[in-house]
Amino acid sequence: MKIFRFRGGIHPEGNKDPTACHPIARLPLPKRLYIPLQQHIGEPAAPEVKVGDHVLKGQRLARHQGSVSAPVHAPTSGTVIAIGDHMAPHPSGLPVQTITLEPDGEERWVETEPAVDPFSLTRAEVAARVRDAGIVGLGGAAFPAAVKLDAGNRHPIDTLIINGGECEPYLTCDDRLMREGAGYVVEGVRLIANGLGAKRTVIAIEDNKPEALEAMRVAAAAHPGISVLRVPSRYPMGSEKQLVTTVTGREIPAGKLSAEIGVSVHNVGTALAVCRAVRFGKPLVSRVVTVGGGAIRNPRNVVVPIGTPAADLVEFCGGFTVTPTRVLMGGPMMGQVLPGLEAPVVKGTSGIIALTAAEAHAASERACLHCGRCVDVCPVGLVPLELAARVRAGRIDDAAELGMGDCLSCGCCAYVCPAHLPLAHLFNYAKGEIAARREAQRKAEETRKLAEARRLRLAAEAAAKAARRPARTTEKAETES
Amino acid sequence: MTTWTPNRSPVAAPHVHGRANVPQVMRTVLLALLPATATGVWLFGWPALNTVLLAIAGCVAAEAAALAIGRRPVGHTLADGSAVVTGLILALCLPPWAPWWLALLGGVFAIVVGKQVFGGLGQNVLNPAMLARVALLVSFPLEMTAWVAPQPLFSAASPGLVEGLAITFGGGPLPDAVSSATALAPLKLGGDFAAGEALLALALGTVPGSLGETSALALLAGGALLVARRIVPWQIPAALLGTLAVLAALFNQIDPAHYPGPLLHLLGGSAMMCAFFIATDPVGAPVTPLGRAIFGAGIGALIYVIRTWGGYPEGVAFAVLLMNAATPLIDRLVRPRRYGRLRTGAPLPLAPKEDGR
Amino acid sequence: MTMILSVAVVAALGLGLGWLLGLASQWLGATTDPVVERLTEALPGSQCGQCGYPGCGQAAIALSKGEAPVTLCPPGGRVVAEKLAEILGTTFDPGNLPDRGPLLARVRTDYCIGCSRCIKSCPTDAILGATKQLHVVLEEACIGCGACAEVCPTGGIDLEGIPVTLRNWRWHKPGVGHA
Repeated sequence: MKIFRFRGGIHPEGNKDPTACHPIARLPLPKRLYIPLQQHIGEPAAPEVKVGDHVLKGQRLARHQGSVSAPVHAPTSGTVIAIGDHMAPHPSGLPVQTITLEPDGEERWVETEPAVDPFSLTRAEVAARVRDAGIVGLGGAAFPAAVKLDAGNRHPIDTLIINGGECEPYLTCDDRLMREGAGYVVEGVRLIANGLGAKRTVIAIEDNKPEALEAMRVAAAAHPGISVLRVPSRYPMGSEKQLVTTVTGREIPAGKLSAEIGVSVHNVGTALAVCRAVRFGKPLVSRVVTVGGGAIRNPRNVVVPIGTPAADLVEFCGGFTVTPTRVLMGGPMMGQVLPGLEAPVVKGTSGIIALTAAEAHAASERACLHCGRCVDVCPVGLVPLELAARVRAGRIDDAAELGMGDCLSCGCCAYVCPAHLPLAHLFNYAKGEIAARREAQRKAEETRKLAEARRLRLAAEAAAKAARRPARTTEKAETES
Repeated sequence: MTTWTPNRSPVAAPHVHGRANVPQVMRTVLLALLPATATGVWLFGWPALNTVLLAIAGCVAAEAAALAIGRRPVGHTLADGSAVVTGLILALCLPPWAPWWLALLGGVFAIVVGKQVFGGLGQNVLNPAMLARVALLVSFPLEMTAWVAPQPLFSAASPGLVEGLAITFGGGPLPDAVSSATALAPLKLGGDFAAGEALLALALGTVPGSLGETSALALLAGGALLVARRIVPWQIPAALLGTLAVLAALFNQIDPAHYPGPLLHLLGGSAMMCAFFIATDPVGAPVTPLGRAIFGAGIGALIYVIRTWGGYPEGVAFAVLLMNAATPLIDRLVRPRRYGRLRTGAPLPLAPKEDGR
Repeated sequence: MTMILSVAVVAALGLGLGWLLGLASQWLGATTDPVVERLTEALPGSQCGQCGYPGCGQAAIALSKGEAPVTLCPPGGRVVAEKLAEILGTTFDPGNLPDRGPLLARVRTDYCIGCSRCIKSCPTDAILGATKQLHVVLEEACIGCGACAEVCPTGGIDLEGIPVTLRNWRWHKPGVGHA
């Protein structure tokens, strides 16, 4: 099968060996679980339980609201002890509406209904089960999976791509999942393919995971519609746009969805969750998390219930050997800093990575040499040094014109910059500023409309008054006479 | 258990970084210049070493003074090593037995006028070393073209350490016996160019010429290191040398008696030095692959034109400065195509689907 | 003779080029709409009077005469100030602008006497309620101009900043603030 090359990209040190060699471990039940109601892109879920309620494992705690949303389920049986603010797993450290659950230790499942033959289900039924199970993209973006399946119903999908790239350094949760659960992953893949009506399915795995490739090849051998594709290890291979190009040679036009060019991309972890949901009727209540980085004593992959505080994971893996400079959720290229170890694991958390100072290769910022390495590695084809200069100078509109909005935030530019400029940070700021301006613009237009409406109303009232007054005086005159 | 206190100010990804940093880039460039520098000092003796040290001293002192006046961190900025690189490149372009004030003045001019008035590293439009070279060439044409024949270190004719100091600081005119014309002189004088022996001498550097520019092989070795380490993009040297060679071959075909062949152009004068060390200074070069190729080709063509029809025997400095000035234009016109968009910036059209709706 | 010729040539060149320039400015010159119109366009148009002028139109006239700074419009904030500066071709120093971000009016439930004065004063009809009933501010429509707070007889309307949540949180500019 032909492989296409995408522009730019980098080869960061993988650092995957320390965790890739251990089987996935199971975390003992934590004392408390903190389940945020917003673990996905879109509207937050609306709580359906009260403080004091006893819930069973897999019971729905909060239902989805709006078209892009996902429900949240109890990761274990226990008692709801609080519904309120708790630290969000977000760099800002701001609070998010969270259900706190005290496990009773019994792990009693709510009654679930397995599908008799999952492949006899209609597309709509598959999408409904996926939505009810609260499945979101487990690669990190946390986009509700059912919405993607629905998009597949609106646009004909010819190619389903299963993302086993895992191009982020340190992360090996998908690698281990494919090695240990290839059969379930392939079944989930077939269910998604079925749900989308995809003609062909490609499972793309980077060539630095030979064991996973082999395991998936064996598991997929019986299914002629599925091919397992070995793709080169090059960051950001796991980015949707880059993966689509690598596999199909097509580019997703700016501002369009991959479904509009007939391609749908799902992560291997998502495939496994779909298998569980559709075949066994079980909602998404746990996930595999890579606990790694040089500061972790026993780095490994762990299955954890959603809502487990990061501190429990760190402790389970032997704690820190040295004080980490940064603790991250997700990989070091696109992951976010953890605001504190009390922040919980959510559906999109692929890793808890504690980096030492030596690993980060941090250095003080220097002057831009104009060397153009950022241009060479940008997978989008932007000129990051130009954008950075404009953003620094406050010329956000100019930066927007040069394509700021197309930036993926993949961090390749900042990774290679010999001057250690905070390029990705500048671009995050610029994108936020662009969004804020768009919002301000929208509000200004709204204001103008309201003010105009008010002006017309006042004018109409005045006119009405003026029309009434002479009428009244004439009436008076008539009665007097 | 070792604890961790979270950072209050959020930092954006990426949280790891490649190993590249500015001081390391500069160190690699210095390392790559080592063969040419060593060859130059070996061929032209102690006075050449004095020239190298003086030019670097001039650059570093000027940089430190400018930073101090501008109230910027002196130590931190000097540590990037860019002033040393500028000084060394300038020294390698100077006549090996240049008087002390020429090297020192060149160094100060390069940093002050060529770099710091623009705002320091990365802000300058023109290559500082080449700016200084041109300034010295038009101000002191005599001293800047006082070429000496190579007298390898410790050979009978080579000046000793003390003698060398006298040559550098003595200020007297060079004895006629040692002064000589450069290898490129035949380009203008219309002599017979380039027998096999002469080309070998050009490759090894045993010809009169600038301090570090005579040995094409030493420069090539350093240049290969820079390209292999991806410190310099390959497009610039390839386009520069390629254009120069093609033009030379073309005119050589038309009239071999007037126009020397490509080998003399590639090996003689400053072409090699320029291709790998001067034109590749990232500060004044375009940032896209195509832009760099255009830049390199432009310099190559200008070098040929100035050498062949211009008033100066060597056109490298002028060529680089002219193309430096064109860089902002090139960067503006040559941009990579963005993912999912046409070259115009409009989104790619959605291809009509075969099994459409 | 040579001298006269050179002078003639230069003079002719000058005239010719000047004529060309004149033509170019006529044919290629940007047709700009009157400044005041563009300024009015850029202002919010809510006639809230925060700038000290009776309405946005008068403010635009003052701006065009250079009598008012581009930072005159509090509800517009930085974005509007930048746009005004662009139209006027001046630079704009964000340091001059009190950086307080957008505000929202909030009615204190225990102070409101239902007099409905605020409703009448609001330039965007953002306050709901009837006489003798509690008034409520529609956050979507409120521009934070403060006109209501001024007329409230009980001082029962506060202007508050919009709280930072996960939805409107943005990355700070690196190297600025947040140290």
